[in-house]
Amino acid sequence: MSAAIHALTPRTLFQKIWDDHTIETSADGTCLIYIDRHLVHEVTSPQAFEGLRAAGRAVRRPDATLAVCDHNVPTSNRDKAIEDPESRIQVQTLSDNCAEFGVKLFDIFDKRQGIVHIIGPEQGFTLPGMTIVCGDSHTSTHGAFGSLAFGIGTSEVEHVLATQTLIQKPAKSMRITVDGKLGKGVYAKDMILAIIGHIGTAGGTGYVIEYGGEAVRALSMEGRMTMCNMSIEGGARAGMVAPDDTTFNYIKGRPMAPTGDVWDKAVAYWRTLKSDDGAIYDKEIVLKAEDIAPTVTWGTTPEDVLPITGHVPAPQDFKDEGKRASVERMLDYMGLKAGTKLTDVTIDKVFIGSCTNARIEDLREVAKVVGNKHVAQGVYAMVVPGSGLVKEMAEREGIADTLKAAGFDWREAGCSMCLAMNADKLNPGERCASTSNRNFEGRQGRGGRTHLMSPAMAAAAAITGKLTDVREI
Amino acid sequence: MEKFTTLSGLAAPLRMINVDTDIIIPKQFLKTIKRSGLGVHAFNDIRYNADGTPRPDFVLNKPEYAGTSILITGENFGCGSSREHAPWAILDMGIRCVIAESFADIFYNNSFKNGILPIRLPKEQVEALMKECEENSSAPLTIDLEKQTITRGNKMSFPFDVEPFRKYCLLNGLDDIGLTEVKAKTISAFEENDKNKRPWI
Ligand code: SF4
Repeated sequence: MSAAIHALTPRTLFQKIWDDHTIETSADGTCLIYIDRHLVHEVTSPQAFEGLRAAGRAVRRPDATLAVCDHNVPTSNRDKAIEDPESRIQVQTLSDNCAEFGVKLFDIFDKRQGIVHIIGPEQGFTLPGMTIVCGDSHTSTHGAFGSLAFGIGTSEVEHVLATQTLIQKPAKSMRITVDGKLGKGVYAKDMILAIIGHIGTAGGTGYVIEYGGEAVRALSMEGRMTMCNMSIEGGARAGMVAPDDTTFNYIKGRPMAPTGDVWDKAVAYWRTLKSDDGAIYDKEIVLKAEDIAPTVTWGTTPEDVLPITGHVPAPQDFKDEGKRASVERMLDYMGLKAGTKLTDVTIDKVFIGSCTNARIEDLREVAKVVGNKHVAQGVYAMVVPGSGLVKEMAEREGIADTLKAAGFDWREAGCSMCLAMNADKLNPGERCASTSNRNFEGRQGRGGRTHLMSPAMAAAAAITGKLTDVREI
Repeated sequence: MEKFTTLSGLAAPLRMINVDTDIIIPKQFLKTIKRSGLGVHAFNDIRYNADGTPRPDFVLNKPEYAGTSILITGENFGCGSSREHAPWAILDMGIRCVIAESFADIFYNNSFKNGILPIRLPKEQVEALMKECEENSSAPLTIDLEKQTITRGNKMSFPFDVEPFRKYCLLNGLDDIGLTEVKAKTISAFEENDKNKRPWI
């Protein structure tokens, strides 16, 4: 499309970013798009670097690439070598590769180390209007800044390292508007769980979702990141929120953010990044914030959600035959009986962490709910801050002391029990209240049973030892 | 990447929906720094008992499906994480084609990059193929990418869709990076121009 036509046709935020990054479009609509930022971690990158080495290729833009180890790292006893030999090799391989190819790395001893999707925004590496990729599906998190951010496979990681581009087709666009104000005890996490419950885990397949409406605009950057993070659980590759003053205030002064004249120029450009009036979406969904209650999952896909006031469903409650069979399997796996009140379900562990909910604001909410209460007897509760900097901040604010006094285990930053690649995991049959994003079978440990919820709800569960309505604490 | 032209082989029905990447390859196997060798771990938790013995109820453990190269399954196959270990694992166990009602985006994309052909078919056709393969497991299914057809002897034949660019790459075993590198000049020109517009990139 020529610039003249652009000025006339109303475009969505997604289209604007797409157009600004398209290098070339071929006849079948496939585009070569420029990638502004590339985040790298130890699990999905070794084979990509190996590919570069084998072909004698260099990293095209080391300055636009940032690496961190997060998935495998232990969250305690950092001064010792990583015990698991395979994890150790993977972490070491990342560090060797970064040294060889000139890529900046936050290693395990760097206090800026943390979960890849937490450190990008924290450092000001993530900025509005950018294309951002990482070999990790939750790259969608960065869309909270009004960027187009999505997860890629390792072949594409190699492609970006070598060429700073990707071959892609434009996605379809969906707008989800949440009108009104969220009630007390209801958070961004509840909103996104409710949305996934509404559209289903495949509802967003092929789409980029733009979130808008009063309830979304009122969210902090942390809340917007929580929502965009779980877009992938709704099947969408990316989620985004148009940038505004909340965004700019968050970014200003961060280590890698622009300064001086360049900052002013950037803000002027960023202010143009919103969907034009009359822009057409392929799909529109509108929800009311007032209808959303504190929400938990009961099954093994993120669409299996219910308000905390609900009861465990029965297979026959579902129309679709395939779904009925899978509900049966899920109830069996989760060890739940149809009809049980959710608030009667007792838990063994609590996990507060992950790129969905391990930012400072999340920990503040947890501390608020906990106050001077204590973790229930027999419950093991862990807090894994999203980054070394979040940890430091929480320690300065007294949050760490509150939580430690309450009996929480206070850990070092990393992915930890979100996917249980390190030593932190559920044992078979154990039930966990978790602030992470996936409740798949075995996700947090073979046979482990995960209920997803907000940090405040997880804190409430830690105190009572059951799934609990935080509004009643 | 290995070319994909035609494939004739056994097809196994995996009667599940939402088969996520944690099911395809659980995270404890993601610690490798290589692409190969993941096949024995594919579908680990539904394929093996906790003590490592094969579970007889898992379709690919059944003797009649030994050597399967085509998997037929329900909707939303490959949802969850972006791990390319998922296509690497199924490729390593010999699967070159997955037929499903629908796929998660990233898995779909990753498959092509590894010489695996993912085919979307309507529910009734998936069901018909599954039934056929259950009733007579030893008859092969033939996938012809050039003609875009799936046939089963002279009993059944379905056309399928595939994007022209992906088809071209798969048929010729072409690696994307090589294709893009040819455009280095255009990419540099884009970067130069963008520097004025967005100097903070
Ligand atoms: S915290 Fe969990 S979801 Fe996020 S990047 Fe780590 S493993 Fe993935």
